[in-house]
Amino acid sequence: MTTTERPDTLRRILDHSSRADPYPLYAELRRTPVALQEDGSYVISTYRELTGILHDPRLSSDVRNLARPMAAVEGRATPSFINLDPPEHDRLRRLAMRHFGPPHTPGLVSGMEPGLTATVSGLIDGFADEQRIDIVDEFAYPFPVTVICRLLGVPREDEPRFHVWVNAIIESIDYDPRTDPQEKLDNGVQATKDLREYLGGLLEVRHGHPGDDLLTRLANDDGPDGRMTDEEIISTANLLLIAGHETTVNLIANGMLTLLRHPEVLRRLRAEPGLVVPLVEELLRYEPPVQIIPWRAAYSDITVGDTVIPKGSQIMLMLASGSRDPDRFEDPDRFAPDRQDNQHLGFGSGVHLCFGGPLARLETQIALTGLVRRLERPGLVADPPPYRPSPVLRGPLHLHVEQG
Amino acid sequence: MSSAHTLRRFRRDGRVVIVGASLAGLRAAEALRGEGFTGSLTMIGDELGEPYDRPPLSKQVLTGWVPADGTTLPRRRGIDAEWLLGVPADGLDLAADQVRLADGRRIPFDRMLIATGVRARPWPVEAEAALDGVFVVRTREDAAGLQRAIAAGPSRVLIIGAGFTGSEIASVCRERGLPVTVAELGPAPLVGGLGAMIGEVAADMQRAHGVDLRCGVKVTRLEGDAQGRLRRAHFSDGGTVDAEVAVVALGGIRNTEWLRDSGLAVGVWGVACDAGCRAFDLNGLVTDDIFVAGDVARSPNPIYEYRFISLEHWANAVEQAEIAAHNMVSTQADRWPHLSIPAFWSIQFGVNIKSVGVPTYADEVVVAQGSVSDRRFVAAYGYQGRVTAAVSFNNAKWLDHYRRLIETAAPFPPPCPTPDQPADAKPVPVDFPGPTLLAQGATVVVTGHDPGERRVTVMRQHR
Ligand SMILES: Cc1cc2nc3c(=O)[nH]c(=O)nc-3n(C[C@H](O)[C@H](O)[C@H](O)COP(=O)(O)OP(=O)(O)OC[C@H]3O[C@@H](n4cnc5c(N)ncnc54)[C@H](O)[C@@H]3O)c2cc1C
Repeated sequence: MTTTERPDTLRRILDHSSRADPYPLYAELRRTPVALQEDGSYVISTYRELTGILHDPRLSSDVRNLARPMAAVEGRATPSFINLDPPEHDRLRRLAMRHFGPPHTPGLVSGMEPGLTATVSGLIDGFADEQRIDIVDEFAYPFPVTVICRLLGVPREDEPRFHVWVNAIIESIDYDPRTDPQEKLDNGVQATKDLREYLGGLLEVRHGHPGDDLLTRLANDDGPDGRMTDEEIISTANLLLIAGHETTVNLIANGMLTLLRHPEVLRRLRAEPGLVVPLVEELLRYEPPVQIIPWRAAYSDITVGDTVIPKGSQIMLMLASGSRDPDRFEDPDRFAPDRQDNQHLGFGSGVHLCFGGPLARLETQIALTGLVRRLERPGLVADPPPYRPSPVLRGPLHLHVEQG
Repeated sequence: MSSAHTLRRFRRDGRVVIVGASLAGLRAAEALRGEGFTGSLTMIGDELGEPYDRPPLSKQVLTGWVPADGTTLPRRRGIDAEWLLGVPADGLDLAADQVRLADGRRIPFDRMLIATGVRARPWPVEAEAALDGVFVVRTREDAAGLQRAIAAGPSRVLIIGAGFTGSEIASVCRERGLPVTVAELGPAPLVGGLGAMIGEVAADMQRAHGVDLRCGVKVTRLEGDAQGRLRRAHFSDGGTVDAEVAVVALGGIRNTEWLRDSGLAVGVWGVACDAGCRAFDLNGLVTDDIFVAGDVARSPNPIYEYRFISLEHWANAVEQAEIAAHNMVSTQADRWPHLSIPAFWSIQFGVNIKSVGVPTYADEVVVAQGSVSDRRFVAAYGYQGRVTAAVSFNNAKWLDHYRRLIETAAPFPPPCPTPDQPADAKPVPVDFPGPTLLAQGATVVVTGHDPGERRVTVMRQHR
């Protein structure tokens, strides 16, 4: 099963020229479900192997368990729960979840629906009459940013400031020492510092002041697990701010792109709004915003299939490839909004299953419904559209649409 | 050739009769239609009304969140069946291929499924069982009655038996602020299903929630007042407790009496069948037309050395129903074995308990992940050096991993450390009350994912 036969497949996936359509390369990868790379890391690309390892308690999310230390992005800051293992991960996630979802805050996400719908309408009002629009800049980006700002309690008008930092952080996630200048990494480290400092400032004034936003609640409300430290709150807010919009932007943009490429589905969605629920699930399978989990570590030896991944190895999980695995999904390269039994890996799986999944779903459902209802005969200007650099968080840089 | 032809005809216009119109019965009917069976389908059930779900009866229904008649099972597809409800089947005539109903009707079939489940074991003394305030919980009506009794705010509730159902009911009563006494003959709650170590955790949990837990005692007598209302219970240690409500949670009795003279292999452990849910006759020969699924079934499990195992688990009922339905309409070569690893869940005292595998099939247990004192952990069970089960407290997301360890006969204790493994993790004897007679050595492992590809592969033979 293990082979270094085609070490170049992964390279080609990471290369920007493949961004528009990495799926044939994933198919190539899947021929070797667990592929040892030249640098000693392991790439896992098939559905069964991916779900297996995502439920394996020996798979660590804490990069400090890598034998070869990776270029640290967060510096020496307290990692957020996405980069921690149980029991710390569980504790922090539980503390955050208390204010975000069931059982303690069950109606939060569904209660946001009217607000989300109003935001979507407002944005579309702004460009409904324009002949040519950029779905990314005018819609797919501002919408989730507005939502996460409101939810966290971050002033919306600060967006231009944190936008720069977030971009630098995202870029440094894909840092590859073989090709990238050290500067990219340094920018990421500095941006993380700046963003943390900024969030720290917001947090400082929250202590002792009751309120409804997440930052305020994390700062003031205690549950059975006690309270997060300020450092932990900042790490959590940092995570939620970035993950809370960088992914949804791509999901919405990928979604609109997919609909424009499948006009019959677009028409169906107009006539049949209930279709949006399974349609977004299918999107998460077919064009997921998170394509790769690049740095997990083997806490101890892990056997996957016939391959023993030695302790300390870096493991890359090709989620988007797993969701297109023909051994799990019938006709996987077809966009089938009615697909049954759609257990995609769009939100990952296991204990790190995407925290914001329910919100991302609702946002995307409302966004796509709003777009197809309000845009008159939208047409794609460039296919494929230009793509953002990241192979990890993949999506169009711009999505120009013309109304006919 | 001719058998393929017969099967095609059967799939088109054969007659299937399902006895027991609850979870297993309904899911089998749906699966039959899903497999393309277009013949006639008859559902026989002694309860009235649509099939409903039982797990909420000892949970959400008692808290009052869900009304007792609000647990109707969701339908996945139309099954276009004839429903004969409110009449029990009271016999099976294999020579004539007919089911006899208590009202004298005879229902002919080409193939039939037995899904009659279990009923609650009643309090053994009839006059005491009849006292006002004494309950069992198996049916919707039972749960509605108990819910009303609890809502009335009794001075104390006595639970007899601290298995899963008894413990869940104790938990609900405490949640509602009612004084609760739990009487358990064994050394701790849940000990019969999960062993001494978990039993201790469960006992701590009950006491921490204010349950008056009394272990190692038997309730000897239920005493009523002149109006026939429950007043007091007497214990084998001479103690007594005053209570207005008593819940008898002493397990179930399999509904097999109606099959006593059928010529099938029937006993207190249920109806024996092969791994494909085909019933055995008295001689141990497999029948071809009679299938069994759910709580009433007792089938050999290759992973547990082909021992006959009967389970009272929701998921098992669903899976066996689907396997039985598939095999009913398939040729010998296309039949599927039922190889799912058993899985069970329970919610009590704010803790989500889940298990995979058969924890009673074990000689050792180890806390593999998490922390017992935080009530957030996974315990792995092993038998002679292989993993056979796992139980999680508030940590269910890992159980898939343990299911795979069980399927692949992974070594016990699991040798590779995880980040949240307790430093002092040491296997201890599992310690079930009563003798456990077990054979040795893993002989087989399970491979494949979908029902159609799941097979057993021989690893090594018995010595
Ligand atoms: C209170 C309670 C809580 C539970 N909680 C859980 C849980 O948390 N997790 C879990 O995994 N499992 C749980 N279970 C177990 C689960 O409900 C059963 O495994 C499941 O109901 C089995 O389904 P079945 O169809 O095989 O049998 P049953 O549900 O027992 O259905 C059998 C049906 O056949 C009928 N019948 C019997 N004899 C005849 C006859 N001669 N003629 C016609 N009809 C007949 C019965 O009246 C009944 O309707 C719980 C059960 C109870 C009672």
